Amino acid sequence: MEQDTYTLETKRREPPEASDRRTGMGDRRKRVDSLLRAALDEPIPGGASLAYVFGSGLLFLFLSQVITGMFLVLYYVPSADHAHTTIAYITKEVTSGAFLRSIHAYGSSAIIIVLLLHVTQTFLYGSYKGRRELLWLAGCVLFALMLGMSFTGYLLPWDQKAYFATTVGTNILTYVPVVGNSLKSLLRGGTDMGTLTLSRFFVLHVFMIPAFIFAFVALHVFLFRRAGAAGPIQGDPEELKRSTETFYPKQVIFDIVFALLIIAGLGLLAHYAPVELGPKANPADTQYVPRPEWYYIPVFQWLKYWESGFAVVGILVIPAFIALLFVALPFLDRRPERRPWKRPVAVSIYAFIFTGLGALGAISHRNDLRDPGIAPQLAKQRAEVEAFMKKPFEPELGGASLIAATVALSNPIAAKGKKVFDQEGCAECHGEDLTGTSAAPTLIGVGDKYDSGKLESVLKQPTDAMTDGGMMPVDLKDEDLKVLIVFLEALK
Amino acid sequence: MKIFREELLARKAADSPREGYDRRRSASSGRRSFLGFLLSAGGASVGALLSVPLLRFVLHPLIRGTIPMSWTEVGSVEELASATEPVKRLVKIEQRDGWRKIVSEKALYVCKDADGQLRAFSSICPHLGCSISWHEERNNFVCPCHNGQFTAEGKLLGGPPPRGMDLLESKVEDGMLMVHYQYFRQLVPNKEVLA
Repeated sequence: MEQDTYTLETKRREPPEASDRRTGMGDRRKRVDSLLRAALDEPIPGGASLAYVFGSGLLFLFLSQVITGMFLVLYYVPSADHAHTTIAYITKEVTSGAFLRSIHAYGSSAIIIVLLLHVTQTFLYGSYKGRRELLWLAGCVLFALMLGMSFTGYLLPWDQKAYFATTVGTNILTYVPVVGNSLKSLLRGGTDMGTLTLSRFFVLHVFMIPAFIFAFVALHVFLFRRAGAAGPIQGDPEELKRSTETFYPKQVIFDIVFALLIIAGLGLLAHYAPVELGPKANPADTQYVPRPEWYYIPVFQWLKYWESGFAVVGILVIPAFIALLFVALPFLDRRPERRPWKRPVAVSIYAFIFTGLGALGAISHRNDLRDPGIAPQLAKQRAEVEAFMKKPFEPELGGASLIAATVALSNPIAAKGKKVFDQEGCAECHGEDLTGTSAAPTLIGVGDKYDSGKLESVLKQPTDAMTDGGMMPVDLKDEDLKVLIVFLEALK
Repeated sequence: MKIFREELLARKAADSPREGYDRRRSASSGRRSFLGFLLSAGGASVGALLSVPLLRFVLHPLIRGTIPMSWTEVGSVEELASATEPVKRLVKIEQRDGWRKIVSEKALYVCKDADGQLRAFSSICPHLGCSISWHEERNNFVCPCHNGQFTAEGKLLGGPPPRGMDLLESKVEDGMLMVHYQYFRQLVPNKEVLA
């Protein structure tokens, strides 16, 4: 039966008509018409089925990601200085920004879910069999590329969870023998995570990986069309042939219905539960407990079980072996049998791996809820995200040298404070632009560090460290001291 | 399987001499094209619906209301009043630039009207927005781009500009001249505030 479905293939290699070379309207129309017919008249043995919607669903989701992604870049800046501000701007201020960003972020999860369904359907139906090795391989490459997309996209908002999850994620490369460290530095653009890492991830996420995805989607669809739809797992060949339907209209309608379900699901989620943004990445935070995106959680849990000596086995050898098994599936399993209940070994291995991953995810979730060392910190992190989301958007001050001027302009009391600051000669040590000199540190951000009470006390009575650095107690009229403090407080 | 293949071949054969093929298809293609129409119309409306958030996202800078600018100090009245001809001054104004807050410098001219009152004019030409400069030797303002000319009181003398130089709101506080810097619409005969 497999072979038979196969021979359907050589069918429509229509020779290029002489008229195609001319570009008259009628010819072009005919060409579009025949292209459309070639696309829509694809025969599906056994008829249309809801089981076949996942492939087109993935294509639809990918296009949605491309479109929303293109629009997000309209406001996003891939630099460690601005990435977080621009995402906060998109999320909190730009019209429909939170919605579009949510469609994009939830879309990546949806792709993983539909991808798993697509792979599972292909596996259970044995649709990789019968000279479909290249089709399967192209699909495997797409799977890897999609995981790459979600990994690189996760860092771009540059908030705490993005930063720390990617720090851990890239550190895994160190397990690779010999070249591990070099690989990590190559990916990060240095030994540490920083603005170069962000640039690299951005380029991978926006240019390189999508280019490969486009190429492999084209290849995957082309190979699929050449091989033809595999059809149901069993049935009398005569019966299947009689019930063969073309792709249009029934399968097209099924595919559209699935796409509409995806749109509705993503739209409702994005509207009622928009994705959040946490506080800006703070590399100095030693308390932060990073967690990857849900679909990486099982792997994350898996890493916990491997201690030093054997780690390379658990973290590289076993996953690489499983991946190889997966990729080589159509070469290892060459029997034409497609019914899953007649393929107990393959199906058991598949079920075992996915149940295992599910179990690992569940264990991780349970640990996070129960571990007294982790649960309160995770709760605190969630509270920090909530708090950050509640704060109104704060625009970035353009250029440190302008901060003092900006502050003075936006608040008349602070403006008076700046005059006091200038008269008292504070700028001699702290710098004209308040960014500090060799004699004294910057004052930008002092308003975040101290409240007005603390500012008053350190001004009147500098700490020992400050005195050692040459800071003198400030002796001012109460009124002047008050406006000076307002000015300093405004230096966020 | 063989029959099926033959059917396909037959269909393909029917494809080349168009007349016979078209006639045979026309019965079922009436229903098909109606469904096709429904699907395209549905697709178009869903597409239109989905493009609403995208459009709103793109148009955000236009939808967003402008932030009122505050009063800015220009200089001491005493000093400005002693000048015999228009004086160019730079003022710092705070602006929102997308996700940034910036301080930018804007040029304006302080002139005296017939009663000797100080008046501040924007240096942006009401024609196409070039910077107007004061020409001492000609005793008038000239816009270098298209040769618009204005008197020392900012009135239009000649050239393409549709109106005279734009007067900025000003006041005197503690002996200092303060202005309320604004942008005005180009190419209209009457002054219209933009931001």
